[in-house]
Amino acid sequence: MPTTHKLIQTVNVTAGAGQASIEFGSIPQTYTDLLLLTSVRSTSTGLGLIIQYNGVTTGYTSRYLEGSGASASSGTLSINQAGNSVSSAYTASVFANNALYIPNYTGSTFKSSSCDATTENNATTSYLDFYANLWSNTAAITSIALTVSVGNFAQYSSASLYGIKNS
Amino acid sequence: MTATYEPISTQTLGTATATVTFSSIPATYTDLVLVFNGSVTSGNPSIIGRFNSDTGTNYSYTRMFGNGSTAGSARGTSSTSLGLSTAAGATTTFETTLICHVFNYANSTTNKTCIARNNVASTGVEMSVSLWRNTSAITSFSVIADGSTFAIGSTFTLYGIKAE
Repeated sequence: MPTTHKLIQTVNVTAGAGQASIEFGSIPQTYTDLLLLTSVRSTSTGLGLIIQYNGVTTGYTSRYLEGSGASASSGTLSINQAGNSVSSAYTASVFANNALYIPNYTGSTFKSSSCDATTENNATTSYLDFYANLWSNTAAITSIALTVSVGNFAQYSSASLYGIKNS
Repeated sequence: MTATYEPISTQTLGTATATVTFSSIPATYTDLVLVFNGSVTSGNPSIIGRFNSDTGTNYSYTRMFGNGSTAGSARGTSSTSLGLSTAAGATTTFETTLICHVFNYANSTTNKTCIARNNVASTGVEMSVSLWRNTSAITSFSVIADGSTFAIGSTFTLYGIKAE
């Protein structure tokens, strides 16, 4: 990774039973933007990868554009998604892959983010999603918690957080 | 992203400004990435772009979008600008995040392509591709709040990427 995309931390799910959440604490405030790359799978039926900042559970809104392979749709959410997850019923050993970009995470404005998400698999309908997220909170982002919408993170799920400097 | 992903320049607005321009872009990279985070001062204007200050009808674009209830796609031809976004957020929430990738910007033999992802949680999400029918190397990149101004505190950063 480049000098402007410096790895802060990678979390790998190693337990065979999976784990309930992936957390990044004490995020350094020395970068400008954050990039979160994830590869995740649910132990159950979860198809969403949910992100919360600083342990705060309120203030999240989102709009999305989704393609299913057959049609395109759009909707709103009262959460922020860091991507998608794939269900345990999907093709074995397939993980959803996602990229979330968070600009100005240390600033005093609300925090928006851009997310590209996939659930490509061969067993059932797969989805390609683009999320426009907003966390209506002016606090600097110091921690991130990820959960799947239903179930736990399956073994071999992983998440890497990178810091980006604009100078 | 390669090991040569480097910041070229950052602009943080001290006054509301309609046009933000990166000029004298070094030709030493392969691709460019522009990241805008901020708001506009009124309305939900389109964000457009121009290379090398070209205002001719030398651009075309295709975009897909979702506004929270419907999804669609549209196209513009013989346009006078890049179609980066059809709506920026007009509040103090700084909810607009726009990321543009410009490919092979420094060569002087091919037309230039830009892929943009725009995000405004209150109005919608978009992806677009724009073409500039000009083989000149890109030396300047202007980002314009069409009919409005970018708000104070908005940030614009241009990164350069080397393919080697």
